Amino acid sequence: MSFDLNFIGILIGAIMASSVPLILAASGELITERSGVLNLGVEGMMIIGAISGFGLMVVTDNLFLAVIGSMLSGLIISIIFGLLTQSLLTNHVATGLALTIFGIGMSAMIGKNFVGIPGKEFPLLFVNLKENIPFLGPILFGHSIILYFAFLLPFLTNYFLKKTKIGLIIRAVGDSPTSASNQGINVILVRYSCILYGGAMCGLAGAYLSLIYTPQWIENMTGGRGWIALALVVFATWSPIKVLVGALIFGGITILQLHMQAVGLRIPVQLLSALPYIMTIIVLVVISRDSRKIKLNTPTSLGQIFYKEK
Amino acid sequence: MIKIEKRNDVSPSIYFLTPILAIFLTLFGGGIIFYVLGFNPIEALKFFFITPISDLYGFSELLVKATPLCLIAIGLSFCFKSNNWNIGAEGQLIFGGIVGGGVALLFYGHDGFYILPIIILSGAIGGMIFAMIPAVLKTYFNTNEILVSLMLVYVAKLLLDYLVVGPWSNPEGFNFPETRQFSEASRMPVLFDGLRIHAGIFITLITVFLSWLILYKTYLGFQIKVSGLSLKTAKYAGYKGKTMIIVVFMISGACAGLAGVGEITGPIGQLHRNISPDYGFTAIIVAFLGRLNPVGIIFASLVVALTYLGAETAQIFLQVPKYTGQVFQGMILFFLLGSDYLLFFKIKFLGLKKNEL
Repeated sequence: MSFDLNFIGILIGAIMASSVPLILAASGELITERSGVLNLGVEGMMIIGAISGFGLMVVTDNLFLAVIGSMLSGLIISIIFGLLTQSLLTNHVATGLALTIFGIGMSAMIGKNFVGIPGKEFPLLFVNLKENIPFLGPILFGHSIILYFAFLLPFLTNYFLKKTKIGLIIRAVGDSPTSASNQGINVILVRYSCILYGGAMCGLAGAYLSLIYTPQWIENMTGGRGWIALALVVFATWSPIKVLVGALIFGGITILQLHMQAVGLRIPVQLLSALPYIMTIIVLVVISRDSRKIKLNTPTSLGQIFYKEK
Repeated sequence: MIKIEKRNDVSPSIYFLTPILAIFLTLFGGGIIFYVLGFNPIEALKFFFITPISDLYGFSELLVKATPLCLIAIGLSFCFKSNNWNIGAEGQLIFGGIVGGGVALLFYGHDGFYILPIIILSGAIGGMIFAMIPAVLKTYFNTNEILVSLMLVYVAKLLLDYLVVGPWSNPEGFNFPETRQFSEASRMPVLFDGLRIHAGIFITLITVFLSWLILYKTYLGFQIKVSGLSLKTAKYAGYKGKTMIIVVFMISGACAGLAGVGEITGPIGQLHRNISPDYGFTAIIVAFLGRLNPVGIIFASLVVALTYLGAETAQIFLQVPKYTGQVFQGMILFFLLGSDYLLFFKIKFLGLKKNEL
């Protein structure tokens, strides 16, 4: 019995690990969207973060530099999005799509020389506790520091948005940029900052994939996780804690699907792999059906262009 | 001194000139990227944009690539004009290919002039049905069409993978993930011997004409444009918004399905895992570059098709990955959107007057 319990613990640990990139990217995008900006470039920023992190790890042999560098590169590429949507007033949807296409292309170009290089072992914390405590051990211990940060992040984000002055300003900008602007808030500056923060978090999410989760570089290795993160923000109705819940559900589906494949159930592998995407659609339908629920937390100005007459 | 002023109206010449500006800026940006990668930028750009179309075969290849891009972009223009964000054309293309390919396999070994039209029609219907999923979910459940249409791309890809590996794989194919080669009667006729350009180009041209007719000469087209400009106006005018959403998605899906069936009955001739090099996503760029205008889209599809060919040539001569094409495509869209600023704002370069000094 203790073996079974331990196995469940390992399973939960695996689910947590697979939800990390979703939590990081969705929490970042949530802040961006709360300021009224819809950045569909999550997938592109993640993949740039993934290759930058992996590339820096190979070149410098320093994991700390790799992680910081991936966040910086996510931030740098999100500047393009900020420049276009905030300074040149372009359409958010189209610009985000361009960012994703550009990011996937650019990452493959940079990553050409990194294909097939094995990754480096990322230090995991409290490994001996993981092995010595049944059930709770594999759940609570033996993870990377990024995982602990990811699980803390939704709570920090929640506190930040609800209890701090800057959080209030961000929400005000997202709900009514005109009145915020009349109050003397620099709307464009706030939105730029939120876009850059979102970019850095997406970069970190990518680095988690290429440095820890599957430590290697594969073209297109984000495999739609950026889009699922975007769906998660809607699923969570823009509330950070629900992002955590949603990410765990999707992580659960991913791990479940892998285990079903391993067990050799007579269900086609492709159908199981399609499960996370189909579930995303179903969940979106269930959440969106009640338009009042959606509207409660939706930033009113989401995706709208703000222009201040000078 | 530079002064920025808001324009009162958009001049049509600038509206169609900014895409050309965007293309030039992209060439410049691409040159810089090649330079950073250690290539001679002029030479690299020559390999990318001139070498591929310097002979007749290359020019035919350009049209082979532009055919699906133009077709999908035309369909997308209906969606984008009415503010519906269908970004899952890739999935609709693949599903159209699956349905059309399934019919082609049914007719395996048969002969008859009626076979190809049936295949083409079923491909269009396949794409149409697949596009209706996000449309129906949007109209009846208020679901975000961007996310749903995109998720369905992955579903379609996995379905195709399942079919070509499993039930539809070639019984004599040594377990390669591909179907049988379609019979001659199921193939698009090739226009010239030795070139790959096929009759699908006529489908594209007819679609361009029909969409021009619908958009500019019918009440439906008028409704689409009005709802794109102002949803409130459309509501006051009493347009049936829900029906229109479904109709534009159906048109768009049918076009993508046609593109898919054109690919598998044309240059490919069977179903396998990669029936489209992301034409469905790239067509989004084509639609914008062509200003959602049928004629503009024709030119835009040729330009963007060149980035595909260029990437292939550059892959051979410069050993850069084929994804370089995507970098160029992303840049075109960046520059295009950015240069739209010129549409709405005038930038005046004022000389300093003496009394200001």
